[in-house]
Amino acid sequence: MITRALKAHTPFSMLLMGLLILNTVVVLAPLGVAVISAFKTTGEIMASPFALPSAWAFDNFVKVWSAGRFDRYILNSIIVTLGAEIIILVTSAMAGYALGRFKFRFHGAIYTLILMGLMVPAKLLLVPLFIQLKAMGLLNSQFGLILVYAAGGIPAGVFIMTGFFRALPDALEGAARIDGAGEWTIFSRIMLPLVRPQLAIVAIYTAIPIWNDFLFPMVFLSSPELKTIPQGLSVFFGEHAVDMGALFAGLTLAALPLVLVYLLLSEQFIKGLTAGAVKG
Amino acid sequence: MSSPPLSRTLWIAFFVAPALALMAIFMLAPALAAFSYALYDWKAFSRGDFVGFKHFIRLAEPPYRGMFLAALGHNAITFLVKLTIQNGIALLIAYALYQRPIGARFFRGTLFLPVILSLVIVGYLWQLFLHPLFGPITLFMMDIVGLEQFAPLGDSRFALATTILMSIWRNVGFPTIVFLAGMNAIPDEIIKAARIDGANDWQIFRRIILPNLGPAFTIIVILTFIGAFEWFDLPFVIGGATGNPANSLDTMALMFFRLSFGDTSSPVTDVGLGGAVSVVLFAIVLAGSKFGADYLRKREVKA
Repeated sequence: MITRALKAHTPFSMLLMGLLILNTVVVLAPLGVAVISAFKTTGEIMASPFALPSAWAFDNFVKVWSAGRFDRYILNSIIVTLGAEIIILVTSAMAGYALGRFKFRFHGAIYTLILMGLMVPAKLLLVPLFIQLKAMGLLNSQFGLILVYAAGGIPAGVFIMTGFFRALPDALEGAARIDGAGEWTIFSRIMLPLVRPQLAIVAIYTAIPIWNDFLFPMVFLSSPELKTIPQGLSVFFGEHAVDMGALFAGLTLAALPLVLVYLLLSEQFIKGLTAGAVKG
Repeated sequence: MSSPPLSRTLWIAFFVAPALALMAIFMLAPALAAFSYALYDWKAFSRGDFVGFKHFIRLAEPPYRGMFLAALGHNAITFLVKLTIQNGIALLIAYALYQRPIGARFFRGTLFLPVILSLVIVGYLWQLFLHPLFGPITLFMMDIVGLEQFAPLGDSRFALATTILMSIWRNVGFPTIVFLAGMNAIPDEIIKAARIDGANDWQIFRRIILPNLGPAFTIIVILTFIGAFEWFDLPFVIGGATGNPANSLDTMALMFFRLSFGDTSSPVTDVGLGGAVSVVLFAIVLAGSKFGADYLRKREVKA
């Protein structure tokens, strides 16, 4: 691979480097100040907003953890996201396999229907889903929310998986058929292991919006013990209006789980989340 | 292709059925229902009489016309600002990363970090920084810069601009990655050849890189359009269901939500009118993305 870089140290390349550094500061500084502020008292924040805390005390975090029920919120977010993901991955892999590997009646119609599902905005569904979930007894239920999220993620999942299954070579499948393997064996033992990286892309692409969503939990869940992180955070902010240190600690706690995963898997996250917009 | 054996057909049905069933029940059926809701009167969430286009007519008359047009205006401003500023910044950063500078992976990783954060977290983060009494930025503006007061989120002249800036801070990494992927897809040989022919950096950027970013631009413009016209989360976190201060953060999606589920000032809901707003919103987004995509794709070919 050639370096297309301009010669190092030209004024222009210095300018571009300056731009990248400036951008990094603009992104990281607010997050850094928020974390630092989480260790300060409100008085300290007011006296010297950008200084390091005089002591690294975890008082705010202790206060938040005991008052805010963040353990419950984090667990709820995990339950809802994991539940929806299991359904999305299993059903999208199955449907993507059928649509990508076989020709059959209604193939075109089903594929078009899936594509149309990609266009439906969540806000359009909000009121009908509220009424429908109520009628089905699935309002204020994590299971109801999981089904709604699963349905929302399936179109993208099927779309992505169909493309990948279609691109797999025929030879493997043919060999397995000659050996007398059944349909389920071919799918689960031969095809599925080949698309594992793509399943990871589907998982990231669909899971992050579910993890971060607050509109559906706000409308569909009313019990305090069912709230997810974003919704729990807004309750917490309503209750601690002027305790700045505690608010920053709550914010840090709410962001922490996903940021930790991101630090480990940033390349996969970037690839997964831009999967719909970047080819290849 | 000959028609597959019966057992194969059953297997295919088995593979496709779960995905289709979930989509049909929790997406397609409610989507169809949503269009009908605007045609009925509602008492809370129970459906009343069929009233035809009454709610659409109400939306076109005072007092709702002004409210709707103001909200639509805020959506449009958001779109134009994000289209130019957010995507302009993204293009610059993408070009800088395209040079493969030292630390490119680190820069890319940090740039994308806010994109994964919940908008609730982003909204509260900046709200804390801009808190009119205790916010670090507020204190900085008052103590160091010497302003009398600094409360852009409480001022209807600045609230929208400030909220759009937050949105740009959070989202700019996304178009950057898409532009960068577009740039990386340009064969290095073309750039090399141009350089041998004596082209300078600006000419290469203007004549080779930009024209080759056509598909990336199309997808980013469409996604910016959809995001701006369906904008809900940040205005809601900052300004509540009414888009405070003084409705300066109101958007079509907020108006729909307020009418459908009420707000603190008026618990009375108007599901029919809210439905009309959501149908108009959907129509604008669908038509805008369709015509936008057609127009932009045509330009791609020319370039």
